Amino acid sequence: MRTPADAPSLAAGAVPAQAGPKLRLRGVGKRYGQVEALRKLDLEVAAGEILLIVGPSGCGKSTALRLIAGLDSPDQGEIEISGQVVAGSRWVGPEQRGVGMVFQDYALFPHMSVTQNVAFGLQRWPRERRAARVAEVLALVNLGRHAQRYPHELSGGEQQRVAIARALAAQPQLLLLDEPLSNLDAELRAEMRVELRRVLKAAGITAIMVTHDQEEAFAIADRVAVFSRGELCQIGAAEEVYHAPACRFVADFVGEAAFLRGSVAGQRLVTEIGEFDGSGWPSGATVEVMLRPADVRLHARPDGEGEVVSRHFRGADNAYDVRLPSGTLLRCSLPAAQPLPVGARVRVEPVSARAVTFAVADAALQC
Amino acid sequence: MKVSRRNLVVKWGAASVAGVALGAVSARVHAQATAAAGVVNIYSSRHYGVEGVFETFTRETGIRVRFTSGGDAALRERIRAEGRHTPADMLITVDAGNLVLAQTQGLLQPVASEALGRNIPAHLRDPGNHWFGLTQRVRTILFHPARVPVAELSTFEALADPRWRGRLVMRPATHSYTQSLVASMIAAHGEAGAERIVRGWVANAPQLIDSDTRILEVLAAGGGDVAITNHYYLGRLLEANPAFPVRLMWANQAAGERGVHVNISGAGITTHAQNRDHALRLLEWLSAPRGQELFAGSNHEYPASPAAPVHRIIAGFGSFRGDRLDLRELGRLQADAIRLLDRAGYR
Amino acid sequence: MTLPGGRRWRLGASAASMAIAALAVLPVLVVASALLTPTADIWQHLWATLLPLMLVNTVALLAGVGLGTLVLGAGLAWLVTAYDFPGRAVFQWLLMLPMAVPAFIMGFVFMATFDVAGPVQGALVAWFGSAAWFPEIRSPLGAITVMTLVLYPYVYMLALVGYRGISASAFDTARVHGYGQARFFWKVVLPISRPAIAAGVALALMEALADFATVRYFNFPTLADGVVRIWHGMWDLRAASELAGLLATFALAALLLERSQRGRTRYHEAGGRSPGLPRIALAGRSRWLAAAACAAVVGVAFVLPLAQLAAWAGVELGRMGPGVAQVYLELALNSLTLAALAALVAVLLAIVLSSGVRMAGSRAARAVATLATTGYAIPGPVLAVGILLTLTPLDHALNYFTEYWAGVTVGLLLTGSIVGLIYGYVARFLAVAYQSTDAALEKVKPNLTMAARTLGAGSWRILLRVHLPLAAPGILVAATLVFVDVMKELPITLMLRPFGYETLATWVWQMAAESIWTGAAVPALAIVLVGLLPVALLVNMVTRR
Repeated sequence: MRTPADAPSLAAGAVPAQAGPKLRLRGVGKRYGQVEALRKLDLEVAAGEILLIVGPSGCGKSTALRLIAGLDSPDQGEIEISGQVVAGSRWVGPEQRGVGMVFQDYALFPHMSVTQNVAFGLQRWPRERRAARVAEVLALVNLGRHAQRYPHELSGGEQQRVAIARALAAQPQLLLLDEPLSNLDAELRAEMRVELRRVLKAAGITAIMVTHDQEEAFAIADRVAVFSRGELCQIGAAEEVYHAPACRFVADFVGEAAFLRGSVAGQRLVTEIGEFDGSGWPSGATVEVMLRPADVRLHARPDGEGEVVSRHFRGADNAYDVRLPSGTLLRCSLPAAQPLPVGARVRVEPVSARAVTFAVADAALQC
Repeated sequence: MKVSRRNLVVKWGAASVAGVALGAVSARVHAQATAAAGVVNIYSSRHYGVEGVFETFTRETGIRVRFTSGGDAALRERIRAEGRHTPADMLITVDAGNLVLAQTQGLLQPVASEALGRNIPAHLRDPGNHWFGLTQRVRTILFHPARVPVAELSTFEALADPRWRGRLVMRPATHSYTQSLVASMIAAHGEAGAERIVRGWVANAPQLIDSDTRILEVLAAGGGDVAITNHYYLGRLLEANPAFPVRLMWANQAAGERGVHVNISGAGITTHAQNRDHALRLLEWLSAPRGQELFAGSNHEYPASPAAPVHRIIAGFGSFRGDRLDLRELGRLQADAIRLLDRAGYR
Repeated sequence: MTLPGGRRWRLGASAASMAIAALAVLPVLVVASALLTPTADIWQHLWATLLPLMLVNTVALLAGVGLGTLVLGAGLAWLVTAYDFPGRAVFQWLLMLPMAVPAFIMGFVFMATFDVAGPVQGALVAWFGSAAWFPEIRSPLGAITVMTLVLYPYVYMLALVGYRGISASAFDTARVHGYGQARFFWKVVLPISRPAIAAGVALALMEALADFATVRYFNFPTLADGVVRIWHGMWDLRAASELAGLLATFALAALLLERSQRGRTRYHEAGGRSPGLPRIALAGRSRWLAAAACAAVVGVAFVLPLAQLAAWAGVELGRMGPGVAQVYLELALNSLTLAALAALVAVLLAIVLSSGVRMAGSRAARAVATLATTGYAIPGPVLAVGILLTLTPLDHALNYFTEYWAGVTVGLLLTGSIVGLIYGYVARFLAVAYQSTDAALEKVKPNLTMAARTLGAGSWRILLRVHLPLAAPGILVAATLVFVDVMKELPITLMLRPFGYETLATWVWQMAAESIWTGAAVPALAIVLVGLLPVALLVNMVTRR
């Protein structure tokens, strides 16, 4: 843990310049019995960056977090924090790594007050500095007036903020968050996303957060990493992952996607709803086009090739599932002012000729 | 909430620290067995009434008596384990068998004492002078006179007769009183004979109560008619309540019978006694008429020494002829007696 | 919760646990070593005569006491937790009081009250003449009844603690699914409380197994009785130890049963304190039935013995002079000192043992811990001998060395002081301390440990600042249970106490051995009254909301 003497000031939000990434995982693998939870993971996180790890359950995201925290040790590979090896050729236990962690159930000490909880990690700080630090960090999460309360007297959101404050108090090198918002109701969650990013940026801390909610990931992250079955499928800014998924799994997992088959003729990719840019594929190849709802437009036409099979009212707009002659289902949307009935025939039109394409995959959505 | 927990911990902590200090001090104090001059340390399985006797001894001689009590077997094991570091100078027990066993295990040393030889009859002490009987504890037949004419009672063996079915109250096989009685019967009738008699008792479905006092109280309340108990329990009950209805008869007194069953409470000096001379002095004092009167009388027992006066209440029971069986036999046959009792189904 | 790293700590804790387990199990092993040289003829004799009966009786006792304490303990605990009726709040703690009464005291009080010569039958005869009938109290049923009444508070108390952990929302969930109060109890409450209740029943069974004094009053020979019978009667310690070894296997079976019941589930409290179960107010006759049931149990199991003891004590105190108070005060002080020391040591060792097992995480470690607690099932007298045989060689060796090196004879430092006694108590009662301590530590969520680790706390700090404070109620329960048990303990105290050191229990024994009930009553009453203080503490902790 760093002592207060060499700590950057929170208020300034300054991050010390550092050569190299804050966290580096090299070839990290972990197996639990027969199950391979992580497979040769390579990952780098820059100082001050907020990385969100998303993926379905069992994809290894929580395992990765535990390995970084030091709560488990990897079977292969190395983990470096701030250039120091903490797992692999050397072993540094969780107490010495300077990694803070916020758990899904907050793990607040029920027999200690908020102040005592937050101060728990400050035992190496000189006594005079502790009170000031606690106050500072509680102010950061806007909980100053609850300092003397006990965890069971706080609401879920307040408990979560105490957990964050506690993890931040000792100025860790890295902050890990394991689905911290999943115990909150939807409205609070939406609020807390913004709050969380603000706090993390204000503290200038490098953070890695795990979530299964991609909307959350997009709101908070600087970069998003998508995991599937123990492997890292893609890592990049949210827009990149959304608009340029590296593989079919990412395309399908992040945002809504439908896949439409087409065949390449020369430079053009011909599908039943229109033509796309087919450069980059050999002529005659059969490929799949990824279509997000925003990539197509619907027009009500009695001679349209598509048929509306279901409609979901979403307040501002309606989402439609449209079946094409080939049987493929597309999801599209229209402003709610122009509802289309189920069974209506529609003309589906691509918005742009540029599209993300994939080779025809087998059934399994693997990277 | 945390504050009150801390208080509790502090309180317990303080109490424990105090306890440790206290314990250490008291343990040290008590462990000084040979600290004071003029001390005798006794391991005794007989507790009731002895303090008064020892106080008198101390007043007369200036020698202090310290004793610790426990079960016979436990005391023997302890002396054996303690070996030459044992603080015990004297062992007092309530059963001849125990004394015999202590001697066999080498826990007692022989004592040459003219006074003891004079005071204690030969059949009540060890021929090798390792132990000496101090009192006689007679086990005999007790009955409720309103329901049982005394003429119907004669011997222990006669109680096997079917006419006593459902009317007997006896001590279970677990107690040494019963075991010693059966041992004496084995010595008299042989194992087969004794077993027949015990089976006869069992056939009469006796009530088994593990307390002689209780047995007598049950007789008084009408829960039974005839019992076998030690004599001094009746003495105690009569002292507390002179109107107590139960009466006593001496068993096996007819000519040709061996006499009523007599056991002893006695003492010996331990092999590694550190205050041997004081212990011998106490032993001799206990065998003299004055000591005998106090020691035996404190529990309504008969003194071993014929010269000693008998307690008023038990004197009223009349004189008896005791079984002159070598007491060492009681010890020798105890294991056989237990086995016999188990075989006969006497629980 | 196997955490990698902190290896030095893990090794240290494991080593300490091993050492503790070894020390605790040593006397048991000494006793069990007699099994290696079986004495054939005694066994033959036993088999032909009493052993089958003793086995049957022991099984019957265990079954009866197990069932009785389960029904009484878990049932009454549920009654006062889930329902409301007149006097509920008072009964809640009154029902714990029988714990302060030693079993053998309850035994002779029952005898004195209910047998042929006692006042109850006397009154019946006076009213109904020869038509009066009363069940024979000196019977298996009598033995089982008395043991159940004395031992149910263990189950009652642990069940109360278990029920408290169930949240109100669990009940609401069940209600929504159509569960009535009764079905909720059977299908939800009992399974969740199983480890707590099983722990209580295991304790009760082990106490019943090792009891040799109470069953004697009822002419009910069990294995424990047999052990003492052989030792006292046939003076064969080896044979007695063999039978004791048999007894220990029964105890192990009981322990394993309890472990298996605990299963693989984790029973942590859900995050945050919930208000607990809502109480249903009983109406009409049920109210009075409930109150009557509680009153009956408290009356028979506590008020009756207390009243009888008080009556006897009154007689005795009226006869004695003022010097008596001094003697009793010293007795009480000795009892309290021993009990407090033993409780402290036992709990500390239980904490180390439990933490060590938890850190090692292996089944072998758990087995070792279980082994360390078997002393509870060995009858007191035999365990006492085991301890004597373990410590005296050490004492002799010590003397040998000091005489050789310094020419000084230090005497019997271990067996001649209360060190031997405390060792004996801990060997005997570690089971009690361990059960409660382990259950309490297990309730601490693993996430809290992990959070503390990531906050930089070393293992010592985690133990002291997180585990112990959270497990404190359970640990205090453990200390109190040991305290009460040592106050009541007899055979080890008799055997190992320093010269001239008397306690309340030894005094009672000496009086009771001579059937001098009035003389036994005063110290017996003192034991019960002094025992009430820690029981009150227990009650307070368990019933606090």
